[in-house]
Amino acid sequence: MIWSREETLPRKELRELQLERLKAVVERVYERVPFYKKKFDQAGVKPGDIKDLRDIRNLPFTTKDDLRDNYPFGMFAVPMTEVVRVHASSGTTGKPTVVGYTRKDVETWADLMARALVGAGVHEGDIIHNAYGYGLFTGGLGFHYGAEKLGATVIPISGGNTQRQLMIMQDFGSTVLCCTPSYALNLADVIEQQGLDLKKFKLRVGIFGAEPWSERMRDEIQKRLNIKALDIYGLSEVIGPGVSCECIEAQSGLHVYEDHFLVEVIDPETGEALPPGEEGELVFTTLTKEVFPLIRYRTRDISRLIPDPCVCGRTFYRMARVTGRTDDMLIIRGVNVFPSQIEHVLLNIEGLEPHYQIIVDRRGALDELEVQVEVSEKVFSDEMKRLDELKRRIEHDLKDFLGVGAKVTLVEPRTIQRFEGKAKRVIDKRKF
Amino acid sequence: MKVKQISVFMENKPGRLAEMASTLGEAGINIMALTLAESSDFGVVRMIVSDFEKACQVLREKNFTVTETEVLAIEIPDRPGSLGEVLKVFAQKGLNVEYMYAFVTRKEDALIVFRFDDPDKAVEVLKDTKVKILSNEEVLALVQ
Repeated sequence: MIWSREETLPRKELRELQLERLKAVVERVYERVPFYKKKFDQAGVKPGDIKDLRDIRNLPFTTKDDLRDNYPFGMFAVPMTEVVRVHASSGTTGKPTVVGYTRKDVETWADLMARALVGAGVHEGDIIHNAYGYGLFTGGLGFHYGAEKLGATVIPISGGNTQRQLMIMQDFGSTVLCCTPSYALNLADVIEQQGLDLKKFKLRVGIFGAEPWSERMRDEIQKRLNIKALDIYGLSEVIGPGVSCECIEAQSGLHVYEDHFLVEVIDPETGEALPPGEEGELVFTTLTKEVFPLIRYRTRDISRLIPDPCVCGRTFYRMARVTGRTDDMLIIRGVNVFPSQIEHVLLNIEGLEPHYQIIVDRRGALDELEVQVEVSEKVFSDEMKRLDELKRRIEHDLKDFLGVGAKVTLVEPRTIQRFEGKAKRVIDKRKF
Repeated sequence: MKVKQISVFMENKPGRLAEMASTLGEAGINIMALTLAESSDFGVVRMIVSDFEKACQVLREKNFTVTETEVLAIEIPDRPGSLGEVLKVFAQKGLNVEYMYAFVTRKEDALIVFRFDDPDKAVEVLKDTKVKILSNEEVLALVQ
């Protein structure tokens, strides 16, 4: 099932559409976003220089640091009165990355999400169990608006409270599950632990994303929940979920919505554009967004393009599942976490020295984040309750700031390795 | 009248407590009173030792985190009922006990270490009661 006619455009027509839109967005950012004007001038390029799609390689990249430097609304291309929504995602330091949407952008996003849902075999009669987090994260509302646009019935249940989720899933007859893949496994664990009868559930398909997951995990989810499991990809900077999604026919590679996002794969070291099929860093240029257009945004996600025709009939190239990152960002239960954010929290607590170790593990279905912090004489108190308070304060501040909870363990000084140069702060014991 | 207690942060790792005790032993330091308070990941060892300064030094050399706390060492007769009596006095005088630990000694009396919220206030308030607070020297004399 196909939602928009653009999904089956012949490649030649698609390229023409992309070029037309690329010229428009390059002009738009040059006129309206001082950051881009300056960057283009420095690179010696003008909007008029774009005559062919390949000319995009002459344009400079945009990085997460650029977004941080322009916090919060410095890169918006419209006046704030036209911005009807903002979302935010984890920044590398104290401030989040902020994105914005006009009414039209919200509509575009909803349309792209409807496309993803329809590609997953979802229809109007479905009951959509949306367990992605609602709020500043783009997951919850992204799926929500897409589902409503499609005309399906949305249950905006958001994350957490697994018991209640399962009760509602059974009682309301949810047919489509939207959440992170690790949460899906967690639901499967609880269903089995409680001896619930899977036949009482009407789930048929799940659309999972916000964190990397393997084919092995897909097999497990499909078997244990008796559903088809599809991968969806996106990032708030580009729009949110809905940048690409698997089709139910192939379940092999995610169709990039190329009429709205121009995709490139580059060598992360040299910045050189790589041919389709070669693995490298995903770079997106938004072709239709009004508030927050981005030119050649470096995602730090590693993937490759699959140009082969797909059995579903879509002409959009597919991207392979993301296999890793070029930076140190972690994804914990679907939430982006930068080690530097953790350092920021620790440094803000008086007396605490920034000697810490981050340990990530997944012993059941869900990720566990542990932060080991050295106790110096400055913070050491003879009273147990003060040490407990310190531990709880750090846990509270981390949860507040990162959006995900961590266990804090106080350890003896000089037990955490000291490093020459860049510290290797993270021990990730997970294997997907 | 206040006595220096040494507190040591103890990570829940096998051998660490033994290492602490051996370190003190090798330095010729005698432990007069000791208690270990625990939580799930770590503990705090509190001790009255024969040489406070030296103990701090040798423990720090071995990477232990230490701190000093002022406590009162109180002597009571080693017989049933005497603890209750002294605690009643504290309650009457409005003194709040944070923690305590008790030992019998070579003499006929027992030694109880009390940590009060406000040790100076406790010393002041107990001056005109019958509660026997030991000085640092008197505590050290107990091991002689």
